Amino acid sequence: MGAANRQIARGAVFSPVSTPANTIATLAWFSLAITLAIFLTVGGLLLYSIIRFRARPSDEQREPPQLYGSNPIEFAWTAIPLLIVFVLALTTVRTIYDVQAAVEPANAVHVRVIGHQWWWEFRYPDLGIVTANELHVPLSDPTHPTPTWIELESADVAHSFWVPRLAGKTDLIPNKINTMWIDPHEPGTYLGQCAEFCGTEHAMMLIRVVVEPRANFDRWVEAQRLAATAQDTVARGRQVFQSNACASCHTVQGTSAHGTYGPDLTHMMSRQTVGSGVATNTADHLKTWVRDPARMKPGALMPAMNLSEKDLDDVVAWMVTLK
Amino acid sequence: MAGTIDDRFTFEGRDSELAPTVALPIAGKVHEWITTVDHKKLGLMYIGWGLIFFLVAGLQAATIRLQLAVPNAGIVSPQVFNRLLTLHGTAMVFLVGMPILTGFFNYLVPLMIGARDLAFPRLNAFGFWLWLFGSLLLYFSYIGGGGMDGAGSAPAVGWFAYAPLTETAFSRGHSTDYWIISILLASVGSTATAVNLIATAFSMRCPGMALNKMPVLVWLAVVDAGLMLVTLPPLSAAQIMLLLDRYLGAHFFDTQAGGSAVLWQHFFWIFGHPEVYVLVIPAFAFASEIIPVFSRKVIFGYEVMVAASCAIGFLSLGVWAHHMFTVGMTPAGNAFFVTSSMLVGIPTGIKIFNWLGTMWGGRIRLRVPMLFAIAFLFQFLIAGLTGILLAVAPFDWQLTDTYFVVAHFHYVLIGGIVFMIFAAIYYWFPKATGRMLDERLGQWHFWLFLIGFHLTFDTLHFAGLEGMPRRIYTYQPGRGFELPNLIASIGVIFQALGVIAFVYDVIKSLTSGKPAGKDPWDAWTLEWSTSSPPPEYNFADLPTVHSRRPLWDLKHPEDPDWKYE
Repeated sequence: MGAANRQIARGAVFSPVSTPANTIATLAWFSLAITLAIFLTVGGLLLYSIIRFRARPSDEQREPPQLYGSNPIEFAWTAIPLLIVFVLALTTVRTIYDVQAAVEPANAVHVRVIGHQWWWEFRYPDLGIVTANELHVPLSDPTHPTPTWIELESADVAHSFWVPRLAGKTDLIPNKINTMWIDPHEPGTYLGQCAEFCGTEHAMMLIRVVVEPRANFDRWVEAQRLAATAQDTVARGRQVFQSNACASCHTVQGTSAHGTYGPDLTHMMSRQTVGSGVATNTADHLKTWVRDPARMKPGALMPAMNLSEKDLDDVVAWMVTLK
Repeated sequence: MAGTIDDRFTFEGRDSELAPTVALPIAGKVHEWITTVDHKKLGLMYIGWGLIFFLVAGLQAATIRLQLAVPNAGIVSPQVFNRLLTLHGTAMVFLVGMPILTGFFNYLVPLMIGARDLAFPRLNAFGFWLWLFGSLLLYFSYIGGGGMDGAGSAPAVGWFAYAPLTETAFSRGHSTDYWIISILLASVGSTATAVNLIATAFSMRCPGMALNKMPVLVWLAVVDAGLMLVTLPPLSAAQIMLLLDRYLGAHFFDTQAGGSAVLWQHFFWIFGHPEVYVLVIPAFAFASEIIPVFSRKVIFGYEVMVAASCAIGFLSLGVWAHHMFTVGMTPAGNAFFVTSSMLVGIPTGIKIFNWLGTMWGGRIRLRVPMLFAIAFLFQFLIAGLTGILLAVAPFDWQLTDTYFVVAHFHYVLIGGIVFMIFAAIYYWFPKATGRMLDERLGQWHFWLFLIGFHLTFDTLHFAGLEGMPRRIYTYQPGRGFELPNLIASIGVIFQALGVIAFVYDVIKSLTSGKPAGKDPWDAWTLEWSTSSPPPEYNFADLPTVHSRRPLWDLKHPEDPDWKYE
């Protein structure tokens, strides 16, 4: 995945491309400046006192003057930090309300993110789309914002949705619905991943967010709404898929497969990766994955399919047509 | 206020005429240590076992760093990695930090207040053995954790064991049960110690030692024990609830049956955040004894230091949900915990300023304990400041659960606490063994460990800012994680060399170290007035004191402390 990752512009917390991340970065620089100033002052005094007051061989043997304390000094170094805390706390609270209490505009795009061990389900309730691991959202023009409002929930254990260039992280907690929002104003692909330990493959629960201009986004939506079209050349592969355990966990619209335990595969070839980001989405990788997912992602909940070599070739040949 | 020094209390001591010097055979020695109720022996056993677990959990950390040195490494499987991180974290808190720190309090509190033992010696022994066997259970899980269906080994749920990952649906076998029961037993042991420390400090002080004449260390032991008493029960309660979930079909945290995952987080962190202070307050205590002695000055602002410690104790009980800024609390809830968390910074700052005031105008002797204490001051300052950054809730939405947090809390736990534990060992080893640790090896230990610590944990802040979450068994290339991770792993080599120098120093000095005498550091508190090692009864005659620095008064009869306090 190294080559694929390197094609994506680097940057994280301090390269925001969306209002929540941007607001956070501004506050972060402010608090970094304050803490750096404190560090230089206190650290400088410590360093000075160690150098200035270190024992030297020439010192006389008498003990230095004993100083038991000083109330004015104690008062000063209590009051000054109190003032700093006052300023920093107020600034922070204001930013909390700016991000968390933002009012949802009428034209917001809605996404429901559902965390699974160890992949992401993305549902667009208004658009009738279900996809996985790669979230598509429209570009938001700062003058006419079209933000995306995200509801987060979990199908099993706690997860956390984190794409640092777009927003801070929000946890996905079973029996609880959280919300967050993003309004990316630069097109591109942004990387993120699950940030709450969720079991064996927590490390390989990766996220890609694809931000594209509205027209491209709308075209993607149209394509995602279509059902899979059967091509005669690969019909046997579809048969293998439908008659094996694949169909009990996966959905492919336009076939008899309606499982919901695993990702929806109707348009799986429109995605860049397999296994929630573990490898690029090529026929070879797909074949390795279907043969035994544990070889790419040990611990993944999809079992080895134990297909014959012919069945495997056929099913992959059909899957690569699911564009 | 009496103006003379009690003539029964002399430097020379009279223990030689009383101390039994019967050479025991090995079996007799073992029997003596197993059946002992002596606070010094129990304290040393706490510290010794804590150091053994420190080496084991440290090796686990080294394996973690080896796996993360380069992307896509296959040194260990994801399952093994997740067990490593769980045991490393759990062990370092409950099997290393807690016992070493309570071990020091066990050893020092009676000596510093002129008492012959803790108030409840048998309770003390009970607490130790409960803790030890609880601790051994955690590692026994590698053997016994498979369970009837063979699923599992050691626990793999992280040290805060978030629900519902710990429920039977997601954690099969007995591994999670070992995590629960081991920590439950260790906590009961720690609670017993806490009761004992408070009772001792309040009822066993020698004549003349009013509460405001207790050494700062003893005050901090009281605050620490108070925090343990208040915060361990919520953890124990939650662990029992989890056991009920797992075995009796209760649904406290079982989200599939309507339980609450967030409830566990509240229970855990109302213990877990004060726990950080339970661990760091002893480090403050060591610093408050070592910095004055090596600066040759009385502690600056004794009353303020004690008050600030009590304030830290109280405030730390009201900040727990700053670990939960991303679980979806209301803005008002977040605002409350932002403010309370930042407020803890004020008494903490006061402590740093008072240590600075203690060094100011002193004559600082840069011996090994002081070197560790100085490094502690800088590192704890940085840890406090990154803590302020994490209290800025919106910034925390980015930083929490990343390597920035990992770096932050290792700055507290290693840069602060482990450095002060080393300082304390170099400082009190002569008292406990009668022999000095080697100064040159100590310098090697200090510098190697310092370099290693900064290579590892300075760089990990940047890995977090690049977007690297914690607890991932590997990462892909091309995301900017490679360089900080490689440097961090190289740092481990230096840390390990430092620890090897330390272990060698301890082993060598136990047999051939320079004899220490009673008072090798020219110090001022009561433990230095008795022989090294102290006899079982500590003091032949109970001392009478008139100030916070009884030995200063003895050494400077022309200018005693009680004139100024």
